[in-house]
Amino acid sequence: MNFTLKIWRQKNARADGRFVTYSLRDISPDASFLEMLDILNEDLVTNGEEPVAFDHDCREGICGSCGVMIKGRAHGPNQREATCELRMRSFPDGDTIVVEPWRARPFPVIKDLIVDRSAFDRIMQAGGYVSVRTGAAPDANAIPVPKADAEEAMDAAACIGCGACVATCPNGSAMLFVAAKVSHLVLLPQGRAERTQRVERMVAQMDAEGFGACSNTYACEVECPKHISVDHIARLNEEYIRAKVV
Amino acid sequence: MTLNAKIPAGPLEKKWDNHRFSLKLVNPANKRKYTIVVVRTGLAGASAAASLAQLGYNVIALCYHESPRRAHSIAAQGGINAPKNYTNDGDSVYRLFYDTVKGGDYRAREANVYRLAEVSGSIIDQCVAQGVPFGREYGGLLDNRSFGGAQVSRTFYARGQTGQQLLLGAYSALVRQMDAGSVKFYPRREMLDLVVVEGQARGIVARNMVSGALEVYTGHAVVLATGGYANAFYLSTNARACNATAIWRAHKRGAYFGNPCYTQIHPTCIPQSGSYQSKLTLMSESLRNDGRIWVPKIKGDTRGPEDIPEEERDYYLERLYPSFGNLVPRDVASRRAKEMCDQGFGVGPTHLAVYLDFTDAIRRSGKHWIEEKYGNLFDMYHEITAEDPYKVPMRIYPAVHYTMGGLWVDYNLMSTIPGLYVIGEANFSDHGANRLGASALMQGLADGYFVLPYTIGDYLATTAFSPVRPDDEPFREVSKDVEERIATLMSIKGHRTPDNFHKALGSIMWHNVGMARNKKRLETAIGEIAALREEFWRDVNVVGASDDLNMELERAGRIADFLELGELLARDALHRNESCGGHFREEYQTEEGEAKRDDKKFSYVAAWEFTGDFAKPVLHKEPLEFEYAKPSQRSYK
Repeated sequence: MNFTLKIWRQKNARADGRFVTYSLRDISPDASFLEMLDILNEDLVTNGEEPVAFDHDCREGICGSCGVMIKGRAHGPNQREATCELRMRSFPDGDTIVVEPWRARPFPVIKDLIVDRSAFDRIMQAGGYVSVRTGAAPDANAIPVPKADAEEAMDAAACIGCGACVATCPNGSAMLFVAAKVSHLVLLPQGRAERTQRVERMVAQMDAEGFGACSNTYACEVECPKHISVDHIARLNEEYIRAKVV
Repeated sequence: MTLNAKIPAGPLEKKWDNHRFSLKLVNPANKRKYTIVVVRTGLAGASAAASLAQLGYNVIALCYHESPRRAHSIAAQGGINAPKNYTNDGDSVYRLFYDTVKGGDYRAREANVYRLAEVSGSIIDQCVAQGVPFGREYGGLLDNRSFGGAQVSRTFYARGQTGQQLLLGAYSALVRQMDAGSVKFYPRREMLDLVVVEGQARGIVARNMVSGALEVYTGHAVVLATGGYANAFYLSTNARACNATAIWRAHKRGAYFGNPCYTQIHPTCIPQSGSYQSKLTLMSESLRNDGRIWVPKIKGDTRGPEDIPEEERDYYLERLYPSFGNLVPRDVASRRAKEMCDQGFGVGPTHLAVYLDFTDAIRRSGKHWIEEKYGNLFDMYHEITAEDPYKVPMRIYPAVHYTMGGLWVDYNLMSTIPGLYVIGEANFSDHGANRLGASALMQGLADGYFVLPYTIGDYLATTAFSPVRPDDEPFREVSKDVEERIATLMSIKGHRTPDNFHKALGSIMWHNVGMARNKKRLETAIGEIAALREEFWRDVNVVGASDDLNMELERAGRIADFLELGELLARDALHRNESCGGHFREEYQTEEGEAKRDDKKFSYVAAWEFTGDFAKPVLHKEPLEFEYAKPSQRSYK
């Protein structure tokens, strides 16, 4: 397959960026999107040019490192896939593919397609945990958890922290990311002791980082590679109201 | 230097208890006077950093990712073992110990393995308390499954994402300590060398991967939790960035390397489809619980699987191993799959694959049941191959997956350099020559949560330390070495890309040092690797600048180290004139084609000492003694 790529190149956080056009020939339809970028980079490096910088690691959709806007969509045209899981067979032959980094003020560009998502770590630091000392835990079966609750907690806990929800949101909101953690922990008895301060602090941190609020477009759920439901945002709101008002 | 494993005296089940009591403690008020540098924050590193900080030590933690949550532990799928005996099927600490020693083909230390089995139950307790959403039964209690070669159900799981959930649990413990200010975390930093002062590990030199600046981190002890070296084979199931630089640099500074030849080839990976392929994708071997492995009985059969009638299929694992069937250990399943393909029974377009078929399980328990258990794995397979495994059998092939070898450590997890601790996959310690399923997560967390926090205290409490500063001579010297090495890499400006060298190394490794090894091919590999290394330093081309984010420079540095480690791996495999676990030497097999150990000659840990860039490494032996699990021929018939 042949493709024309328009890729965002930006030397560093301070420099201005621009689109650069590349053309690639004879790409296997079974190659992944990132392997296609590898091929491009090998060509660039062979010609003495700097490769396109992008974050990636596990290449099986679980580490959350990769993530770019592809033709205007977070992680590309398919649903339930991270960028690394996308295969070139998903594009028509001869397609022009525009590739950009995540666009959101709290995610500044570091270089080319790499952005700084450390805001997510700071939000997690503000309460995305259960305070339990190593060694202090009771027997694992001491507290039964209804299967349905455990399953729903797992649905939320499946978040890979890639940032697609933020990148795709017209308001640059991180509500789905925050909701996934708040929901995961409040669904389990182990997480309930700290539910009030957790939701207050995590939401405050989210605001402090400059993320917007939810405007109910639900684009985040559509683009989330793990298909995390916006129902968790409803639970986040409920928890927040419970903490602040009730 | 003689190796002292420091295995405590006394009966097996009392060793760890007695040892813990005999370890010196650091007074709570003094703990804050000690700084521990933890390199990398996957399962082992994050759990160690969090636990050490909780105890009151100052912890500096670094990783080359942007966040600890990206570490490759996250990709482990299947589960984590603990002998809770919740299923009432006869499990016990002793049974897990026994299975692990036997599974490792009698090449692991009994005392370490027993301790691992002993603390594994506490890991499950800890993780549940953190909010890890393990699979549960309708009564609300935890569910278990049997996994990879175990005849009891002792594996805890969180769908097919157990590693993710355990890592996020350890990450949550770590961010809690970051929030409390007791861990200082530095992302996008890559350790490039170890600094030894007056014989003690006192710090590291790391590169800031965004600015390119070299930075020095000092402490009273250094903990390496830097994972394994499977990427020496280029194509493996490891994440792209996984590398051996930290342990290899430490090796060159005096840490012995234990059993480098023990590598694990995982039987259930998605076969390679083309040369552009950047990595192989593993699917949890829990799939073998319900899937049946087969090949056509006719060589080179080109019919689709649905057109091959039952009587023309060879369910070869069930045929060869009636009592374990599809659940034989990984090394056996991998080698048999390769053998079938080598004999011409392989399936799919490349004929380098065997079928893993769920038809019977779906008929027996329904599609919904399979979906609940393995849904994400089936989706992943579908995405990659564009085939629906609910309808067509999966095609699988073995791939390098895990390395049992690593830096040699004593019972306290300390390397041959005082103050340098090595935990998780980076050390050689608990798996012997073959790791059983669901025990990597167990070992990483055992080391980090429940072993290192005790043993490191004894070292700190009993050691005299001189004050050190980042601009002291030893730190400046090592920084200069690192700087010169980077300058050399940047200045070669040859013709071949780093990736091109990596692929070439991978090809040598896979064909000569992979699943079945022999003297001739190993000798070939040693020669070819040396030649490739020479060419690398003459002809590699690293573009960009060193004072900038530079993926090519990062890669070149890692490949340079793999080019040295690969040779040691081959040397170790060549010297070990026996077959054991994942190390299969064609010259040493039984009439039935099983691994043939030589306990008289090789019941030892091979610990290699680095003696110089152009000198041969020196072999030291730590004899292994088996008082409890008496070595026998592994039989899974």
